[in-house]
Amino acid sequence: MTINPLADKDRIFTNLYGFQDWGLKAAQARGDWDNTRKLMEIGQDAIIDEIKASGLRGRGGAGFPTGMKWSFMPKNPTPGRPNFLVINADESEPGSCKDREIIRHDPHKLIEGALIAGFAMRARAAYIYIRGEFIREAETLFAAVQQAYDAGLLGKNAAGSGYDFDVFVHRGAGAYICGEETAMLESLEGKKGQPRLKPPFPAGAGLYGCPTTVNNVESIAVTPTILRRGAAWFKSFGREKNEGTKLFQISGHVNKPCVVEESMSIPFRELIDRHAGGIRGGWDNLLAVIPGGSSVPLVPAAEIMDAPMDFDALRDLKSGLGTAAVIVMDKSTDVVRAIARLSYFYKHESCGQCTPCREGTGWMWRVMERLVEGNATVDEIDDLWDVTKQVEGHTICALGDAAAWPIQGLIRHFRPELERRIRDKQSGQLEAAE
Amino acid sequence: MPTVKVDGVEIEVPQGATVLQACELAGKEIPRFCYHERLTIAGNCRMCLVEVKPGPPKPQASCALPAADGQEISTMTPAVKKAREGVMEFLLINHPLDCPICDQGGECDLQDQSIAYGRGHSRFHENKRAVTEKYMGPVVKTIMTRCIQCTRCIRFAEEVAGTEEIGAIGRGENMQITSYLEGAVTSELSGNVVDLCPVGALVSKPYSFEARPWELRKIPGIDVMDAVGTNIRIDHRFREVMRALPRINEDVNEEWAHDKTRHAVDGLVRRRLDRPWVRREGKLQPATWAEAFEAIAARLQGASGDQVAGIAGDLQDLESIYALKALLRAYGSSLHESRQDNAKFDVSSPAAYRFNATIAGLETAPAILLIGSNPRWEAPLVNTRIRKAVKRGAKVFRIGPPVDLTYPVTDLGADLAALGNLPEALRDAFADKENAAVIVGMGALVHDGAYEAARAAAASLGASFSLLHTAASRVGALDIGFATDGGVEAIARRAGELKALFLLGVDEMDTSAFADTFTVYIGTHGDRGVAHADVILPGAAYTEKHGTYVNLEGRVQFSEFAVHPPGEAREDWTILRALSDALGKTLPFDDLSQLRAAIRADFPHLGEAGLTVFPAPAAPAGGTPQVSGAIVYPIEDFYLTNPIARASPTLQRCSAEILHGQVFEEAAE
Repeated sequence: MTINPLADKDRIFTNLYGFQDWGLKAAQARGDWDNTRKLMEIGQDAIIDEIKASGLRGRGGAGFPTGMKWSFMPKNPTPGRPNFLVINADESEPGSCKDREIIRHDPHKLIEGALIAGFAMRARAAYIYIRGEFIREAETLFAAVQQAYDAGLLGKNAAGSGYDFDVFVHRGAGAYICGEETAMLESLEGKKGQPRLKPPFPAGAGLYGCPTTVNNVESIAVTPTILRRGAAWFKSFGREKNEGTKLFQISGHVNKPCVVEESMSIPFRELIDRHAGGIRGGWDNLLAVIPGGSSVPLVPAAEIMDAPMDFDALRDLKSGLGTAAVIVMDKSTDVVRAIARLSYFYKHESCGQCTPCREGTGWMWRVMERLVEGNATVDEIDDLWDVTKQVEGHTICALGDAAAWPIQGLIRHFRPELERRIRDKQSGQLEAAE
Repeated sequence: MPTVKVDGVEIEVPQGATVLQACELAGKEIPRFCYHERLTIAGNCRMCLVEVKPGPPKPQASCALPAADGQEISTMTPAVKKAREGVMEFLLINHPLDCPICDQGGECDLQDQSIAYGRGHSRFHENKRAVTEKYMGPVVKTIMTRCIQCTRCIRFAEEVAGTEEIGAIGRGENMQITSYLEGAVTSELSGNVVDLCPVGALVSKPYSFEARPWELRKIPGIDVMDAVGTNIRIDHRFREVMRALPRINEDVNEEWAHDKTRHAVDGLVRRRLDRPWVRREGKLQPATWAEAFEAIAARLQGASGDQVAGIAGDLQDLESIYALKALLRAYGSSLHESRQDNAKFDVSSPAAYRFNATIAGLETAPAILLIGSNPRWEAPLVNTRIRKAVKRGAKVFRIGPPVDLTYPVTDLGADLAALGNLPEALRDAFADKENAAVIVGMGALVHDGAYEAARAAAASLGASFSLLHTAASRVGALDIGFATDGGVEAIARRAGELKALFLLGVDEMDTSAFADTFTVYIGTHGDRGVAHADVILPGAAYTEKHGTYVNLEGRVQFSEFAVHPPGEAREDWTILRALSDALGKTLPFDDLSQLRAAIRADFPHLGEAGLTVFPAPAAPAGGTPQVSGAIVYPIEDFYLTNPIARASPTLQRCSAEILHGQVFEEAAE
């Protein structure tokens, strides 16, 4: 099936670039908060069914169906044990910058989405956990929430719906791991940000032990528009099981890096040519792409060029859509150094709670640093592969996997380059670096 | 009850069991570091990985996974073996492997499990991490480079000890365990983290570099530092006790021991009385046993009836108290007492003065009233049970000065008068609840009428009535009737008529009333009790004799002989037996079994280990008697409550540093 590029009339984020004001008035002019009460009148289960029908999959990286996630929440919360919605705005994945744009320029989409999603899952309140480094964004968000309260859109009888709902904004302190949903709950509770064991899952016992759903900013921000325009409209974009529109964040060696809303499953080549001005130096100059943020394995040029950008297609390439943070690397890239830098990031951000990640990330990074120089033996590549396998799948949260996968992608696709450096080093031919 | 298959063998497991527990029930050993039965589940070491179907296609941490019906658990597949080898390798890459100089060597989980589950070699060629030592007080030595971040110590401090003083800082491979602001860990239970630490990161400071575990002989004993009767293992090498560690007894101490139990042992070799002394011309002078006995015999010539008296101390075994009572009876005297603190209560039936709630039973108490008792110091392992009850929702009320008990307490004032005016909130908390408990401490019982008022209050609240004793010997002594109307004050009033007074390890009372009385001190240490002694007979400490101890609940426990007493010191009951010969009042037992048979004949319940329940005495008639008086807790200094503890350099330092804020400089290395 061919995927048509997204038409302007179908864009959800109409102020993604901040050409208009972010404030409530301008947002209302764009259609936000337009009769929100009516959207809610169809009932809580109907909203969940509509989101299920739209095929929306979580935009935070894992791609879990959003409507199904909401349906796990208890239908009859008690005042002593209310439901909570936690919105993950701790966008720290290297390459990702979509939530930041939403909060900067379209915060009311998020806040309206919080009310509707919170209503649908019978939540008492929503907590928006925003990354500590997002200082201006947090200011905007605080102000936007205040505007919503002042206009009666939040609080008692929110937006005239008869439903009481609060939104709290909480700033993080700069730890990547707090973007993991259970670590975020720990952090919100005032504890050291470390992921919890699952089960119990947050829908059973989350924030303060109460049923909780953690959603990404983008997942929440698109829900009002889905309800307004209908599940069928949203489902009309993208391939089966990968429907909808998505914010792609294109960075690296393209002529015009950008964040752009596009149809899911759009081919990589079309995405780059249409929005990012093509690859720097032309398509022949493309080396590899990290299609979904730093934690997914890279994909070499030949495999990615015409691949559809969606969850399942990229999974088949042994990578993933992740947050759709597309990092493009041309042939000037020292790909080993690039992955070594990512290894350093994961070593730096590991929470230290469980053994394989705490010890493994440091080990992998140190070996990677030596591989950059070729200061190793060929056997050590196999050892490194084995170490990544010892980390992957043995940890409490997915950070161990995220640290292992980029290295696995590198070894899978660029082993000859690693071996060349080792050979060169051993024969003393490598030029001094830098 | 779910049925699971462990390595092909079907087994039924209790509801709520974890996969790890299911594997253990099936007889499979699952290696672990962070998991501990008495702490919350952390699931962070990843050593207990097993394969579970149905489930995700990766190994699961068995400690954190609930066992569910129909699970197929595999513990011996190649994937599990590889996962364990992987985790083991990760744990060891930054571990210093300094086993030859590590105190944990020989009893180290990391050593044992790396032999059983490790790969035998490492592929790690980078530099190892080094971590600076942290200060954790006078009893815990840290070598943090060895730490594997299992967080057992953190969880213990938070959950059991109730002092949030240990925590983790930093993240990733820089995560470090430390104490709050690197200050001393002030919990009286801090020594338990040494046992909990699966590696040599937290080791005992006084014991460091002293001995290897395979050099030690291990003897089961009973602790005498408080009335709980903590079950201990006495580890000794040759004639010196090197350390005391807790043994598991779910009814008494679970598997904990407080720092006094652990570290009083270095007081066993200091300030000891190792030969008899006789006062001649106003001065204590060394003597032989024969000379000492002669001096006593000369003095007791023709004595009869209440001209002879005896007081038993806090640390005494039941046998020696019984022997002393028998000797006094031979003279026709009934002037004997064990309540040095002068507490006044009904001793007519064991149920009248026991801890009737039982230690383990406290856990299920929905409401507890503390009257004049600071359980954190008087019985730290009773306090941990109250803390457990509080975690389950129990409400605790207190009459007495406010002290931090590690859980929330509702204060009703520090004067006993509060007993006559119990607030509505308390009555509501106790109303129609089973297992509610009233606990009365010796701080209240020194006041006249306090016992009767407290017992009446307990009856009106429908709660069990318990006395929290502070001395290991107390309940046993009372069980054999070693008490006198009016207590030690009554004996002191008759000091002038006494021909001789026997002080059996009496060091906690002011003996100046007996300054002019001929006093025979039988005991272990040159402490308060010898101040006015005319004859000193060196006795054996609790590690140096077979002894029977009755804990505050009335639980009879037997302690075994570990090492010989120093010098010419002898086991206490043999001293009394030998003395009885010299006095011409030969006691009717020649060895321990005869003595124990005599005790059993008189008091059948003291012959069997365990708890014998006695019927509760009749409730006092009428309402709550009026009583008043300011409460002062009996223990001023937790670490220095008896002569052994006072002789211990470790406990002296604990007292100075933790209770009196003295700062000790660490020697530069």
